[in-house]
Formats: sequence, C-alpha cells, structure tokens
Amino acid sequence: MIGESMYQELILEHYKHPQGRGLREPYDAEVHHVNPTCGDEITLRVKVGDAGKVLDVSYEGQGCSISQAAASVLHELATGSTVEETLAVVDEFTRLMQGRGQVEPDEDVLGDAVAFAGVAKFPARVKCALLSWMAYKDAVVRSAE
Amino acid sequence: MTSISFDVEKIRKDFPVFSRELPDGRPLVYLDSGNSSQKPNQVIETMREHLALHYSNVGRAMHVLGAESTDAYENARDKIAGFVGAPSRDEVIFTKNASEALNLVAYSFGNPANTDPRFTLGPGDEIVISEMEHHSNIVPWQLLVQRTGATLKWFGVTDDGRLDYTPGLITERTKIVSIAHQSNVLGTVNPVAEVARRAHEVGALVMLDASQSVPHHPVDVTGLGADFVAFTGHKMVGPSGIGVLWGRAELLEAMPPFLGGGEMIEAVWMDRSTYAPVPHKFEAGTPPIVEAIGLGAAVDYLTEVGMEAIEAHERSLTAYALDALRDLPGLRIIGPDSLEQRGGTVSFTIEGIHPHDVGQILDDRFGVAVRVGHHCARPLHLRFGIPATTRASFYLYNTTGEIDALVRGLHHVQKVFA
Repeated sequence: MIGESMYQELILEHYKHPQGRGLREPYDAEVHHVNPTCGDEITLRVKVGDAGKVLDVSYEGQGCSISQAAASVLHELATGSTVEETLAVVDEFTRLMQGRGQVEPDEDVLGDAVAFAGVAKFPARVKCALLSWMAYKDAVVRSAE
Repeated sequence: MTSISFDVEKIRKDFPVFSRELPDGRPLVYLDSGNSSQKPNQVIETMREHLALHYSNVGRAMHVLGAESTDAYENARDKIAGFVGAPSRDEVIFTKNASEALNLVAYSFGNPANTDPRFTLGPGDEIVISEMEHHSNIVPWQLLVQRTGATLKWFGVTDDGRLDYTPGLITERTKIVSIAHQSNVLGTVNPVAEVARRAHEVGALVMLDASQSVPHHPVDVTGLGADFVAFTGHKMVGPSGIGVLWGRAELLEAMPPFLGGGEMIEAVWMDRSTYAPVPHKFEAGTPPIVEAIGLGAAVDYLTEVGMEAIEAHERSLTAYALDALRDLPGLRIIGPDSLEQRGGTVSFTIEGIHPHDVGQILDDRFGVAVRVGHHCARPLHLRFGIPATTRASFYLYNTTGEIDALVRGLHHVQKVFA
C-alpha cells in the first residue's frame, strides 16, 4: 500500500500526457544525462532570454513514470520563470528528494512538484525523480558560459 | 511421478525466509531467484556451526581447528566436483563468484606468462561470445581484446530469443568461444554441445557461463563438451562470496596464476616463485572458507531433493506462467514462448508501462519480488529495442499460487496506469 502513495494522480497524469516534450530550437545549451543503474536517460535543452527569463525547457527521454513525469513538471514550472527562481525550486526539490521522507516540503516553492514527496521514501527511485532536474541545473550552468 | 515425490510445501519449510511477512502484513512472493536464491536451514546451520565450533584458517594451521577447517573446506570441493560430474576434484577451483571465474580464464589468454599455443592471442585472433550474455561474459573479453588487439565477435539472437547459431562464425582464427548455458533474461538453453563440437574442430577452447543452469538442471560438465564452466554459489541456495571455475586439468595446469599471494605458491625467493599445483595455484590468499563449506551444504541439499525433480518442478511452473502471462493484454514475452530448451526465467514487457513501475507496484502492494531493469544484459535489451524488462525467475520453492499472485499484481499495475 505504501507504494501507491508514490503514484500520485498528478504524476500519472504527467506521465500519460507529458508537457513540453520534444527537443526544440532555439536553445543555449543541451545536456544528456543517464541513470546507469536503470538506464533512464534524458536529453534536455534550455533557452534563456532577457533578464534571465527561461523561455523554453525542451526534452526527450525514456524511463519510468517517475523520471518522465518529473521532466514534464519541470518544464511547466521552469518555463516563464527566471533562472534564479527556478534554481531555488531545484534546490528545494533536491532537498525534498534527499530527505528520506523526513523533510516537510515547502509547497509555496515547489508547486506541483510537491506531488513527488512520496518518492523520497524509496531511495532506489530518488534518482529517477532527480534525473531531469539535475540535467536542467547542468544545462542552465552551461547556458551561462 | 515427480508431482508425487516433490512436496513444495515441505521444501518451503526448509527456508526460514518464507515464514516471515513483509511490512503491512504482505506475504513474501519471491520470484527473483535468477538474481539470487534464498537459503535453507541446512546451509545456514552448516555455516553457523562451522563458524561457532570449527573455524580456523585452511591449509596451513597445524592444530585441530586448522585440520577441521581444512577438511571441511576440501570436503566441499569433493561435493561440488561430484555435483557437476568433474572427473577430478582438482579441477574445481573456488573463486569469489562466476565473474571472477570468467575473468580468470580471460586473463590466461594473450598473457606473456603463458606460452601454450592454445592461449596465445593477438591481432588476427578471434574470441566468440553471444548477444545474450550477461555483462560478466562480455566485459572480461572486451578487456582482453583491448590488451591484445584480438577481435571480439558474437552470435546474434533471433526474434524468439534463441541463439542465432551460425557455425561459420567460429573459424580457424577463433581461440575461445564463451557463451551462456542458459540465458539469465530469456531463459533460453543454448545448444552448447553443438557449439563446443564446432569450436573443437577448429582447435578453439570453449567456456560456459553456467550460472543459470547449474542451480536448475542436472549438469555434467564432461557431457557439455566444454573446457571451462563457471557458476556461482548464491544462485544455488548457497551463500554469496563463493563461485566455482571447473576446467579440464591439463588446461588449468598450462595456465598462469591469476592472483598472487599466500597459499598459491610452492616456494618463493625474492626474485621469483614456483606455484602450487591446481586447484590451489588459483586460490591466492585466505579463501571464503565458510562460504565454500556452505556451498557444499547447498549441493547436498539440492542432491537430496534431486536435480531431476527440481528441473521438472520448474518446468511445470514455467508452463503455468507462460500460459497465465499470455492472457495479459499488452504483455510481450522476451524469450522463447515454448518450453523447449528453456528454463524457469520469464522476462516480459507491458505496453506503456516501464518495468520499474511494474516492479515497484508488485513489491509495494503485493509483496511480489521480481527483477526489473536490464539484468546485466544491456546488449540483449538493445537487440530487442527495449530499455528494460520485468523478470520473474522460479526455483524449487516456488508455487503456482505465487504465479497467480504475480498475475493478479500485473492486472493491478495495468489498472493504475490505464
């Protein structure tokens, strides 16, 4: 029964109907991240505009519902925000995921990403949730170079 | 006949793990023996008793405990030799696992310390493996190719999960053919005797990764026609940390040591050494003593139940599982769909649902333990154009009721993702 709390309706929705999926032009940086333990992978592009505004996060990947839904939620949260704002969300999401289920998530910062709170209780799946978010962080750093 | 003599409920009582429950009162449905098997009391008690009352180092201590430990350790070698029909006990080498056994043999090729022509290897020479191999029967050969400039070739796999055996791939240039006896993903049992015949015609040696066959079928190493056979203890109701390399004595004698250290020597000077005869030449350092003894107890246990009976039981479980799984919509079996030349490992995909999600829900809701992922056989998954599979693997203690639980779980998984 524990596991089903991991599969929140919102996660399943994003898995079945991923938002912003597909690689698009133009972009400032493209990264490819893999999870060698399970073979999940993602190619992710970011396009940053004036005043540090994230114009697009596009991605293509394969993997389990958690990794794919996390990428979809990331796309929704990041697009239209500033890089600075999104990195704060990434940090809070990382803190939640690495908290072994003991961390109280900050819903104001996380928005829909709070649906992944249940994943933190499953150490083997934390990397699935973080895959696209770590790729995003990497891409943002590279886009500034 | 088997169904009468084979009492699975009695067997389950030998395995303490089946008396426990998982958190939230879920029953344990263990369908992951291809990954690692559970242990019976007979193995656990033998190991406990040795640690408690007889433990000392082997082969060197001049006292009662040393003698008892050495006797028990060497006695385990006798048992294992008997279990796989080795012509001589000295042909049984204890390793850490099957991977080490495969690496040991790979290390003997193209090694300047080995001038035997059967083991020389360089540019122009070829090694033949297959696309269905576990990484442990791929990577050691890739490393060997990098060291020597030899060429790695492989048999493909057919759409129905059989070895695409083309005898012409084995040529005068082939020095060794190394393939799985039974695939850890497909369950396919390969025509190893036929492959060995062809390899020997051209003077090549033959190695078998028997990690998935020795635990489940009566295996006679001489009958297989191979020169080397690797298998591991933890998949055959024994402990982890102990594996076996069987090799033909005259080949083992021709091979250089793999690891240097204590116990593997005859005499040591500051500038050179001479080596102990086989098998000890390949057993440097203090070995996994209690693990070897535990593996001896494991083969005693399996022998008492009877390998033919175990094989027949798994066969009926596999038939039952294949029938039940066929009825699930969107389920695709990766591997042979029939019982012919196939063991009790069934891998599959379910349309639109990633195996990690399948495994998670099976475990969390139903206590069904399966393996999900590429099962250390990534090239095979690439061959089928899939990133991962869900794998159920059966052993002597499994029941048709557990397969029913798997199927119920899979129906629920499909409901969650519908």
